[in-house]
Amino acid sequence: MKPQSPVARPASLQLTPDGRLRHFLSIEGLPRALLEQILDTAESFANLGGPAVKKVPLLRGKTIVNLFFEASTRTRTTFELAAKRLSADVLNLNIGAAATVKGETLLDTLRNLEAMHTDMFVVRHADSGAAHFIARHAAPHVRVINAGDGRHAHPTQAMLDMFTIRRVKGAFEPLCVAIVGDILHSRVARSQIHALKTLGTGCVRVVAPRTLLPAEVETLGVEAHVDPETGLEEADVIIMLRLQRERMKGAFLPSEHEYFQRFGLTEERLRRARPDVIVMHPGPINRGVEIDSRVADGPRSVILRQVTYGIAVRMAVMSMALGTGTDAS
Amino acid sequence: MRWHLQGGHVIDPACGRDGPADVWIADGHIVAVGTAPPEFTADRTLALDGRLVLPGLIDLAVRLREPGQEHKATIASELPAAAAGGITTLVCPPDTQPVVDSPAQIEYIQRSAAAVGGPRVEVLAALTVGLEGTALAEMAALRDGGCIGLSNGLRPVANTLVLRRALEYADTLGLTVHLHPLDPHLAADGCAHEGAVATRLGLPGIPRAAETAALAQILALVEQTGARVHICRLSTARGAHLLAQARAEGLPVSADVAVHQLFLTEDDLEGFDARCHVLPPARTAADRAALREAVASGLVQAVCSDHQPHDEDAKTAPFPQTEPGVSGLETLLALMLELVGQGVLDRPTAVAALTGGPATVLGLDRGALRPGAPADLTVVDPDTTWTLEAQNMRSRGRNTPFLGRRLRGRVTHTWVAGTLVYALEGGR
Amino acid sequence: MKLEVTDPLTRLHRDLEALLRLRAVSTPLVVGIHTGGAWIAARLHAGLGLEGPLGSLDISFYRDDFSRIGLNPRVRPSQLPLGIDGRHVVLVDDVIHTGRTVRAALNELFDFGRPASVMLAVLIDRGGRELPIQPDAVGARVELPRGSEIKLTGPDPLGLEILSTPNRPESR
Repeated sequence: MKPQSPVARPASLQLTPDGRLRHFLSIEGLPRALLEQILDTAESFANLGGPAVKKVPLLRGKTIVNLFFEASTRTRTTFELAAKRLSADVLNLNIGAAATVKGETLLDTLRNLEAMHTDMFVVRHADSGAAHFIARHAAPHVRVINAGDGRHAHPTQAMLDMFTIRRVKGAFEPLCVAIVGDILHSRVARSQIHALKTLGTGCVRVVAPRTLLPAEVETLGVEAHVDPETGLEEADVIIMLRLQRERMKGAFLPSEHEYFQRFGLTEERLRRARPDVIVMHPGPINRGVEIDSRVADGPRSVILRQVTYGIAVRMAVMSMALGTGTDAS
Repeated sequence: MRWHLQGGHVIDPACGRDGPADVWIADGHIVAVGTAPPEFTADRTLALDGRLVLPGLIDLAVRLREPGQEHKATIASELPAAAAGGITTLVCPPDTQPVVDSPAQIEYIQRSAAAVGGPRVEVLAALTVGLEGTALAEMAALRDGGCIGLSNGLRPVANTLVLRRALEYADTLGLTVHLHPLDPHLAADGCAHEGAVATRLGLPGIPRAAETAALAQILALVEQTGARVHICRLSTARGAHLLAQARAEGLPVSADVAVHQLFLTEDDLEGFDARCHVLPPARTAADRAALREAVASGLVQAVCSDHQPHDEDAKTAPFPQTEPGVSGLETLLALMLELVGQGVLDRPTAVAALTGGPATVLGLDRGALRPGAPADLTVVDPDTTWTLEAQNMRSRGRNTPFLGRRLRGRVTHTWVAGTLVYALEGGR
Repeated sequence: MKLEVTDPLTRLHRDLEALLRLRAVSTPLVVGIHTGGAWIAARLHAGLGLEGPLGSLDISFYRDDFSRIGLNPRVRPSQLPLGIDGRHVVLVDDVIHTGRTVRAALNELFDFGRPASVMLAVLIDRGGRELPIQPDAVGARVELPRGSEIKLTGPDPLGLEILSTPNRPESR
């Protein structure tokens, strides 16, 4: 008997049959051309008519629900602003981390919101796979954007980082990008790695102590460095990750102090990278833990530009996903 | 009822039989195999046309969910599913609610099962009070109450001194202890094999060392105490290697794997497929190959369904919040036959792992078609192909990754103690 | 099939000149709709000998068929000089068909300010209007069957091409 593929599986959840963006759940599995389309579309929004015209009527009449099961004012605000600049109606629902949301009530919430003619969910959840789960159970005309699920993915953050890199550096191929910090728990790092690899980046490194590196991380196509001195060598881009304070109380690391001594990005350590290196951080920054203030506020830092571009990238993703036959319903 | 099963192909590894033979049954027992007994008049003669006649299957791990989780399944819902799967004896772990740590609980389950009828139900009783891993259960009372062995389910006995004394005391009473090798600290909140796929999906991982560290500890205690231990649900190549070493040194340990571990790998979690959320987690193709080899060589002497029926909500959530487990009673045999078809196992070995092997683990005189033995047997049409579909499942749990799979080989009849407890509708 | 451009362009220029004279508009703001309209606008702007900057609009964000056909990723930024309030605007496009593009352009224009008046100049009017919008100056009128498309190629030299593409949703 011929061995069968172990488990039957549906076609790509993220793409329409003709290859356009339906949901934006993770970078993984999306073709390079689509990522470039997101970046190009974001350029259009970033260049929008200047101070006179901040807002366009593209999504007028659409309802977007920010469904946040995990508190995050920053991310929610940029999504809200992006939606409003596209003239969509926005509803913010903070279900919060305190309430343990079991499957049934999560689906109930979803059905209720769908009954109010929601066109898009922007989902943030503490569990990996939550956005996939919601996308799989949402009504066919509803679009889902992942605003961060557990340790899995944070694709809009990764795309705004790619946008920043492309604006400053141009092409991805010749670059060496070092991602430094808590790779193990970071959804941002995972999405950045997939985006960088898909866009053809020459060299992607992850730099962290062993306790913060996930198992078999090399299978993602990155070089793993436990020594920041080699990890930052000749880097064109350094992305610092936020270190959650609860990870530093002995379980993963002995102390904040020791982490900063060994892995913190200081001016001295920055000199190992290329002279035109840029320093990025998805925020919020722990000054003096993962990065020295002089570096965060220094000439190589593009951290504030990342925030600005975040809105354009989210406008791009929202308009692309809602521009794929959502009127058919 | 006196039966004459005519023209079947008997596979009975325990008796070294693999060939055409008739079987005669009377008064709940096997009367003869192969040679007609003198002056036998059958009430019913069944022409089998070359179908397979096996000793009734013995399944070492079946959650019936009763008492305590009747919203998932009940004894009444699951026993017919087991019979349809060709299973004539099943063993249920003590992690019901309340847990089986008193003879009254054993009696409740066995009385409920008897009222339903069908497969025989054996009960593993709790190794420690409330499965809390701190105080020894009243094992003598539990033995007298009829338990087949002891287990702490998936709950850890974290204190090695408690585990040592539990093994010694169980050995005093001649009870086998069924242990899951899973270190609770290393497994922590993991829900997937710690490897490339968990890394990509961002799922908290369970490292192989969660199994091997616990297994090494168990084996050290077996060596120290000489107690008989059965290792439940091996999942790693390294674990199989440790077991082989222990067996070579003559330690009294046996082991089983869940049949889904011989099929699923970490890759099946792609897309956060909660149907493939199992514990221990599905590991790599290399681990799966080693487990298949361990079954083929007889190192692992039993394959079980590890049946864990769930309500729909249990699997309808973001992956880490879903409950692990597969509803497996109805696919156990067909999946094993698929491995035979693939050339992974030869047919007698596959049958032995479902019959004589687990009988030996339990110390039961079953799993063989000897004259005089209870007439527990299963007839299988090896050429029928069928598709597993939710609406046709008898188990209340439809949580299986094998839905939609084309299976070959289907149980057509099951007898327990000479009583026909299952016959395939529309079957020959 | 190709069509000649010079004559329609000359006629459009002449019509527009006459219109501006009639309305006593001496310093109009010429705004072309991206892409073809912007090419024509540049010719008219030069031909009229106007001083000051030329405007351009990319109406992608204002289209009414967006949720059916999606977004063109390379949207050019619209460029209008500061302060269109009180200006007389000449909106220029290459082809007018359903009128929807002009509707979108008017909407976008009014997001920038409140012009004193808007005149519409098109190179080709192919009929088939779905909205009550009519050009004030026209280079040529062409009858085309539904499903075919007329396309301006350029910017240098300008050319007109008629393409037959059945089953394609019309949007002009």
